[in-house]
Order: sequence, then C-alpha cells, then structure tokens
Amino acid sequence: METKLSSATKEVIIGDDLPTVLIGERINPTGKKKMTAALEAGDLEVVRREALAQIEAGADILDVNVATPIIDEVTMLPEVVQAVMGTVDAPLCLDSSNPEALEAALKIYKGKPLVNSVTGQEDVLKRILPLIEEHKAAVIGMTVDDDGIPNDVDRRVAIAHKIVERADKSGIPPEDIIIDCVTMTVGADARSALVTIETIRRVKDELGVNITLGASNVSFGLPNRDLINGAFLAIAIAAGMNCPVINVAKMRPTVLATDLLLAYDKNAMRYIRAQRQSR
Amino acid sequence: MVDLTKIKDSVIGGEVDDVVEMVRKAVDEGQSVKRILAEGLISGMGIVGDKYEKGDFFLPEMVIAATAMKAGLKVLSPMLKPGDVESAGTVVLGTAKGDIHDIGKSIVGTMLEGAGFMVTDIGVDAGPDKFVETAKENNADLIGISALLTTTMVGMEDVIKAVKEAGLKARVMIGGASVTQEFADKVGADGYAPDAPSAVGKAKELVKS
Repeated sequence: METKLSSATKEVIIGDDLPTVLIGERINPTGKKKMTAALEAGDLEVVRREALAQIEAGADILDVNVATPIIDEVTMLPEVVQAVMGTVDAPLCLDSSNPEALEAALKIYKGKPLVNSVTGQEDVLKRILPLIEEHKAAVIGMTVDDDGIPNDVDRRVAIAHKIVERADKSGIPPEDIIIDCVTMTVGADARSALVTIETIRRVKDELGVNITLGASNVSFGLPNRDLINGAFLAIAIAAGMNCPVINVAKMRPTVLATDLLLAYDKNAMRYIRAQRQSR
Repeated sequence: MVDLTKIKDSVIGGEVDDVVEMVRKAVDEGQSVKRILAEGLISGMGIVGDKYEKGDFFLPEMVIAATAMKAGLKVLSPMLKPGDVESAGTVVLGTAKGDIHDIGKSIVGTMLEGAGFMVTDIGVDAGPDKFVETAKENNADLIGISALLTTTMVGMEDVIKAVKEAGLKARVMIGGASVTQEFADKVGADGYAPDAPSAVGKAKELVKS
C-alpha cells in the first residue's frame, strides 16, 4: 500500500519495499527553550534554520508543531507552515491536537500533507476525520483510545482496525492512514518494546497500512539512549514500520544501514552516498 | 538477628526475595516493625532516589528497588498499627486531561510511596472533577499533576482553579517535560519539581508548610 504525500513541487511515497521515509521531529518547541522563546516572540528564523538543517541531514518530510501554553496555534500553525513551505520543498506533517489549528493550516497548505494525529477516541475521530477527507490529506492514527494506551497487542490492533474503519466511513482510503503503534518506556516495563513490535507486525499483516513510530520514548531513564533508540528503530523497520518520526541527523545512519540489510536500498547506493558525504 | 542495613542494601539492589525473607525473619525475631520499615525499607528507597537523581542509578534499577520495597512492606502491613507508619502525607496523583503519558507520573508515585506517602493514583487523562473528588475522599494533603504535552499543560490550571473553588486544603504540585517553575507560578501551583526525586523533596516541603 502506498501513501503519497506532496508539497507544491515534490512527492514522497511511503510504501512496502521502499526506502524508509524519515520524518524530521525538530520543529517542535517541547523541551527546546530557544525555539519556544522564538515562536512565542513570533520570530520564525529559528524555524527556517531548523527546517533547512533537517533537510540537509536527509529528512524526507518535516513535522511542524508549534504548541506552547501561550501560543495561539490557530494563527501560529499556518504562519509557521507557510514559512517552512517557503524554505524547503519537502512535504509537511501538520502536528497539533487543536482541530481549528489543523483546519487553518490545511487551508493554506499546498500539496497533500500528513496530519499528526487522530486516536481511537470518539471525539477526536469525529472532529478530525472530516477535515482529512475535505482536504484530501493523509493522517497518523495512534493506537490510543478513551481508556489510554493499552499494554497488550490485541487491544492496540483493535484500535488500529477501528481507526481504519472509521476513516473508510468518512471517505478516507486506507492508504491515507498511517498507524502509530506507540512506543512506551522499556525501563519501566521490560516487555513494552515487544508489545510495540508485535503490534507493528499484526497491523501490517491484518491491515496492510503504512506504519510510523516515535522511537525515543523507548530509552527514557536509561544510559546511552541513542544506542537503544537505534537498535529499536532497526527492529521496528524489520517488523514493517516504514516512516519514523525522528531526530534525522542522529538516526539516519542507522536507518540507512537497516534499509540496506532489508534490501530496501538497491545496490546499496543510498547507504554508500550518505557515507561518502559524511567522510 | 537480621541486620537491618542488610535489608536496606537488598532494597537498593532490588533483591526482592532476599528482602521478603529477611523482613520475615526480622519479624519472627521480634524486631520492631517500625524500625524494620524505617531503617530497612524506607531508608533503602531513599538512597535509591538519591542515586537516581545523581544519574548513578537508572530507571529499571529504581523500578526493581521499588518492587522489593513494596514486597517487604506487604509482609509488614498486617502487623503495622496506626502510628507505626508515620505517613508523610496523603497524595492524589494523576496526568492532566487529554494527556496519556503514564510513566513519569507513576515513577513519582513510586518514589513518594518509598518516602512514606500514601498515594492514590487516578491514572491518565484525568479532569479537574476527578482530582477534586479523589482528593476529598482521601482527605489529601497534596495533589500532583503531570502533563507532558504543551497543549495539556494548560489543563493543569483548570485543576488548580477547581481545587481552590472546592476549598480543599490540598496543596498542588505540578511537573512534566515541558513544565517550568515560571509556568507553575503563572498557573498558581504551590510547587514544581523537574524530576521524580526532587518531587519527593518538594512534596515533603509542601505538606509541612
């Protein structure tokens, strides 16, 4: 199944047996003092620089999140999306839990964006799915519902089914749904990464949809987090996850090596090119 | 006689079976239940908290130490009389409305229990009503709210308002990745802690004041 996303000038395809698509996570004020201050002051230069840096590092898509407690996302999200569209040609992932902000950003977006995200929660599905259909966007569906994050595979898979079915009823085809199987902290529960990996396998097998993941949560509270994040990404990619939301500069080498080993990188050209550039 | 520092060391090492065995033996020998608790279990967990705060201990080590401490406490609990455990205070803990992040809040809960607090965890995605009701039911001294998302941090203010409107005695403490002291001041929280071990210190301070 292929998810096609685009900017005004560029298309990116997420699909089985294709190279892993990297979604850059860095345009997000959470935990970043400089970016928070800049966004709150309406200064978009920091965002433009971060956008360029991620593209240079090899990002295929950029996530755009502007949520801070004092920012009005309804005006700020479209403004920042506009600024990023004017800086790079990668398709964007519009990231907000505010439906009005998403609507405002969808209205000015040129191309077919990804929206981050819906969950299995009734009110969220009801408010966001019509927007996705109206603007012919694609959407990330998190395997979370009104009862929180299930800690067993069956319930997470059931939520994925629910999201795909509800999207279908709203006129959104399954190729425009990307499921996030949710990463929990392995330091708090030794089986948490296994639950995520098994959910990825089952969702891929039963629904055939494309799958995303934010990986870094897995290593919380442990030493040498990048090492764990990289190993987890490799396992997740092998299980069928094909468009992670990550720190591209740090994680791309691991992803490229994994793609090479899984034959998603014909003649190893992508891997070799990246290694040459970094020498 | 079981040496209580050995119980303490086994809590620190997360040796669940050893802790249970030694606590049982110490009880059989007629050692003071109160002392087994304070000098063995709680003091062990206190050291684990310090080590975690300094970066010498990691999350799984804290989780297993807490498991050992709780297993020891379970042996003691039928023998504990009111007053044996000087509860450090009663806490209601939860993650703000719209937010489903569980881990940070649960670690804080474990650390608080380890420090002698009675903790009621109301889970994730909890609205102001749930915080207020549970705090009333338990006559809580303290309410702890966690939020990891910048969008759900705002919901903390609603809880704080509801607590004040309901005229509860409970003080409110907040935390979570994006929360800062400035934000805590802005929304009128009584306290803020950047991580789990410092949440224990802050909780003690707030309950006393």
